[in-house]
Amino acid sequence: MNTAYEPTIGLEIHAELATSSKMFCACTVVDSTQAEPNIAVCPVCAGMPGVLPVLNQRAVEFGLRVALALECEIPPTSIFARKNYFYPDLPKGYQISQYDQPLARNGRLAILTSQGERLIRVRRVHLEEDTGKLTHVAAEGGGYSLIDLNRAGVPLLEIVSEPDLHTAEEVRAYAMALRSLLRYLGVNSGDMQKGVLRIEPNISVRPAGSQELGTRSEIKNLNSFRALERSVDFEIRRQSELLRQGKPVVQETRGWDEAADATVPQRSKEEAHDYRYFPEPDLPPLALDPGRVEQVRGRLPELPIARLRRFQEQYGLNAYDAQVLTAEMEVADYFEAALAAAPGAAPKSLANWITGELFALTNQAGVEFDPQRVPAQALAGLVQMVASGAINQSTGKAVLAEMFRSGRPAAQIVAERGLEQISDRGKIASLVRETLEAHPQQVKAYLNGKETLARWLFGQVMRAAQGQANPLVVQEELEGQLQRLKKAR
Amino acid sequence: MQLCDLPAYQLVEMIKRRQVSAVEVLESTLQRIQAVDGLPGSLAAEGGALETDKVHAFITLTAERARRQAEQVDEAIRAGEDPGPLAGVPFTVKDIFCVRDTPSTAGSRILANFVAPYTATPVARMEAAGGVMLGKVNLDEFTYGSSSESSAFQPSPRNPWDTSRVPGGSSGGCTAAVAAGEGPLSLGTDTAGSIRQPAAFCGVVGMKPTYGRVSRYGLIAFGSSLDCPGPVAHQVRDAALMLQAIAGRDPRDATAANIPVEDYLARLEEEVRGLRIGLSPDYFRITYPDPQGEGFRQEPLPAAISDAVMRAAGRLAELGADIVEDVPMPHTRFGIPAYFVISRVEAASNLHRYDGVKYGYRTPDYVDDLNEMYRRTRAQGFGPQPKLRILMGMYVSAAQYSQQYYTLALRVRTLIRGDFEAAFDPAGRYRLHALLTPTTPTTAFPIGDVYGDSVLMQYADQLTVPANHAGIPGISLPAGFDEAGLPIGVQLLGPDFSEALLLRLGRAFEMVTAEDAWRQRQPPVLNGVRG
Repeated sequence: MNTAYEPTIGLEIHAELATSSKMFCACTVVDSTQAEPNIAVCPVCAGMPGVLPVLNQRAVEFGLRVALALECEIPPTSIFARKNYFYPDLPKGYQISQYDQPLARNGRLAILTSQGERLIRVRRVHLEEDTGKLTHVAAEGGGYSLIDLNRAGVPLLEIVSEPDLHTAEEVRAYAMALRSLLRYLGVNSGDMQKGVLRIEPNISVRPAGSQELGTRSEIKNLNSFRALERSVDFEIRRQSELLRQGKPVVQETRGWDEAADATVPQRSKEEAHDYRYFPEPDLPPLALDPGRVEQVRGRLPELPIARLRRFQEQYGLNAYDAQVLTAEMEVADYFEAALAAAPGAAPKSLANWITGELFALTNQAGVEFDPQRVPAQALAGLVQMVASGAINQSTGKAVLAEMFRSGRPAAQIVAERGLEQISDRGKIASLVRETLEAHPQQVKAYLNGKETLARWLFGQVMRAAQGQANPLVVQEELEGQLQRLKKAR
Repeated sequence: MQLCDLPAYQLVEMIKRRQVSAVEVLESTLQRIQAVDGLPGSLAAEGGALETDKVHAFITLTAERARRQAEQVDEAIRAGEDPGPLAGVPFTVKDIFCVRDTPSTAGSRILANFVAPYTATPVARMEAAGGVMLGKVNLDEFTYGSSSESSAFQPSPRNPWDTSRVPGGSSGGCTAAVAAGEGPLSLGTDTAGSIRQPAAFCGVVGMKPTYGRVSRYGLIAFGSSLDCPGPVAHQVRDAALMLQAIAGRDPRDATAANIPVEDYLARLEEEVRGLRIGLSPDYFRITYPDPQGEGFRQEPLPAAISDAVMRAAGRLAELGADIVEDVPMPHTRFGIPAYFVISRVEAASNLHRYDGVKYGYRTPDYVDDLNEMYRRTRAQGFGPQPKLRILMGMYVSAAQYSQQYYTLALRVRTLIRGDFEAAFDPAGRYRLHALLTPTTPTTAFPIGDVYGDSVLMQYADQLTVPANHAGIPGISLPAGFDEAGLPIGVQLLGPDFSEALLLRLGRAFEMVTAEDAWRQRQPPVLNGVRG
C-alpha cells in the first residue's frame, strides 16, 4: 500500500442477542439456519394488521451489558424509532430501531495489534429487531422468492465505532475483541457463519496529512474474519488506486465477492433511502433507572482485556499467550482451573500445553474447544507427571492425545501402558551400553570425528527405551560413555 | 318497543333472571337488522344506491357465530353460572378490529380478503364478559374520514335520523347501528373524534377514553399515538357497563395504562353538586383555511348547536354544578393542522405493511419487478383517502421537512395539552372538573356534500381532536335536535382517567332531561319497524 494515502475505517456491527424469545413478541428464537421455515412466527412478528410490539426486557439487559462493558454513557431514557422502507423480509414495512436517542453512547474498546494497544471509540450502541430471510429460487419461466420469518423480530444490537481504525489488521483486532466481549457477556455466540454477528466496515481513503475525510464505501455480506480483513485490504487498495489516478471514489454500498476476492458495487447513494425515522408510537420511551443499570454493571464478568492484563501480571505470561488464553472466557477459566489443580506447575508450561497440544488436538478433531473433553484437573495431573519426570514430554503428548480420545485420566493411561519414564541411572547405563555395542560402525565413525552421530545414537537409545527414558539422564549417560571410549583410544 | 330497543344493562338483568333468553334477544336484534339495514357494504357497489332508506351499517354479519355465543350464554345461565356483566348483550364491532376467523377489512379493498388469525383485546374482553358479537360494521377506509363515505365497501352507512345524510365517521357504522337498534352496544375507535362526532350525528352516546385506558391490540392502526377504542351506546349507563368490560392493562399493548380501572357504575348516579364545569369561547367558533384565498376564516357555530350547549349547562347548573365561563383554550385552533401532520406521518408508516406480500390484496397483473408489484398492489388496493394520507405523511416526515412539520406538530400538541392542564389544575385559576363543549360544528351533512374535500371534512373534527392530542377522555351526549330534526351532541372533556366523573355527569344530564320532549323522538328509519 502506498503510504501517501491514509485509510480511515469505522465498523458497524450487528449482533443478535441470544435471548430465548424475540424482541417484541413471545416467539422462540430458533437457529434460522437449521429450523423449518416460518416455525417461530406469530401475528406480531409477521406484521399482521393491528398487532403491537412489547419490549423484551431480557434484550434490554443484554444490550446494557454490552454497553456497560464498552464503558458507554447510558442516558436515563432512550427512544425507539421506526425506520421505514419496503422489503419483503420486513413484514411491517418498517424496522423498529433506535435513532437519535440510542441506548448508549460514547464508549470505547481496547484492542491489541502488532503496534501495541489502542483505544477505539464507540459512537453508539442501540437496540433493534432483525429482519426475515429471503431465498431467491431460479426456475424456468421466471424465478420466485421464499420468505422465512423465523429471524424476523429477533433482537439485534447495533454497535457503531468511530472511524478510529486505519488498517485491516486493526479492523480485525477490533472485530475479534468485540466478538470476544460479546461471548464473555453471554449475549452472542459469535458465529459469523450463522449470521448472528454481522460486520460492516465503512472505509475511506485520503491523502496523508489531509484534514478532510475521503468519500466512503460500506461493505456488506462479510461472514468471516478472513473476508473482513481481505475486503478491507481490497477497498484500501482500490480507493487508493482511484485517488492516485485522480478518479473520484463513489459513495456506495459494496458486497464482498468471496470467489473473485474483490468487493463489488451493490447500491449507490442516489438509490439510498430516506428512512423517514420518527419515534415509535407503539412503545413508550425506554426509561432506565440508575439502580437497574448499576445492578447490570455489578453482574458483569471480568472482561477480556482486564483478564489479559491480569494474566500477564499474575502469571508472568507474555502478551501473546495471555491474549490467546483470554480470547474465550471458557479457555481462560480452564487455564485458571488447571492452574489451581496443579499449584506447582509453571503457568507458562500450562499455557503451552493448552494453546499448543490441546488446541492442536481440538483443531484436528474439527470441534469446538470443550473444557469437559479433558477436564482441567486431568490436564493438571498430566502436566504434573511431566514436571515431576514421571513421564517425559513426548510421552506426555501421546498421553494427552489418548486422554482427548478416551476421556480417561493420565495416570491410568500411563500405568496401563507402562509408560512411566525410566530415570534409573543403572538401567539407562545398560541401555546405552547395549546400543553402542549394537552399532559399532556408527560408534567408530563418531570417534573418528563425525560428532553429529551423537544425536543419532541418542535417538537409538530412546528408541530402545520405547521413548520412556528420561532424556536428560540418557543424554548424560551417553555423553559419559562416549567420552570414556574416546579416552580409551 | 322491542327487545332490541332495550338498553344493554336492562337486557343483562332480564337474561340473568331468565325473563328472556340471550337467543331471543339475539333473534330480535337480527330481525331488526333484517328490517332496517339493507344490503351490507361490499366491493361490488351496484344495487346499494337503490336502498336509500336503509341504514347499511354492516359489512359482515356473523349471525351463526352470534347464535353459538348466545346459546352458550343461555347454557351457562341454566347451569347456574354467571356469564359475565355483558351476558347476552348483542354488540357490533367497527371493522377496524381484528376478530379471529372473520373478515377484518378496515373498509379497504387491500384487506377485503383478510381473515384475522387473532382477536383484538377489547373484542375478546366483551366476549369474555358474555357479549354476543353480531358482526363488523362499516367505516371510512382505514378510519380516514368523518362521514363513513370513503369505505371501499358500498353502500356506506346512512344516518337513521335522515338516510340522505351521513352518520358521521369514521365510526358511522357503529353509531348508525346503535341508533337503529341493531345491537345496543358498539365498539368504535376515536382518533380525532371518530366516536364522538358520529355519536353526535346519530343521537347516541359515544366515549373516547383516556389514551391507553383501553388496549389497542388488534385495532388496525391509524394514528397510533391518538387511536382510542371506546364504547358507543344508547345510554350513559350502557357506555359505563361496556367501558368497564374493555378497560384495563394489557400485556400485549405497551401503551396501555397500568393504572387500576375505577368502578364506573358504583357512583354513576351520585349527585354532581359542586362540580366545576367550564365553558370556553374557543369551542364556540370554528377556524378553517379560507377555500378562496390565503389564511384562515373564523365563524361562529350555528345557533342551534350553541344553544344546545348553553341549555345543557343550564340543566347541569340546576343540579348544583358550578358553571365557569370564559375558560381560555387558546391552542384549540391549531388542533387540526397539528393533527394533519402527526396522524399522517403515523398513518403512512402504519400502511407500509400492506404491500401484497403476506396477506390481503395483491395485484393480479403479472409483474417481474418487486417495486412494480408494490406500486400496482397499493395503487389498486388503496382508495383515495389512504393515498392522500400516504402522500402527505411521506412528505412531512421526509428527512428535509421533518423538523419543520413533525417536530413542530409535536410541540403544538404539547401546547394543546397545556391548555387542558391549566383548565383542570386543582390549584389553578379554573379548577375545572370538566369542560362542556359542542361535539361538532354542524349536524349531519348530506351524503356527498363534503366528501372529496378532505380538508373541510377534517374540520368536522375541530372540537373533538384536542382531546386526542392531549390524551384525555371525552364523551358525546345527545342534547336535542336542530330545526331539520337532526341530533345535536354536547361533549364533556375531563382530565386523564376521569371517565367515571364524565359518565356521572353524563348520567346526571340524562336523568335531568329524561322527560324532555326531544328525548321521546325516534329515528325515522324505525317508523313502522318498531311496531
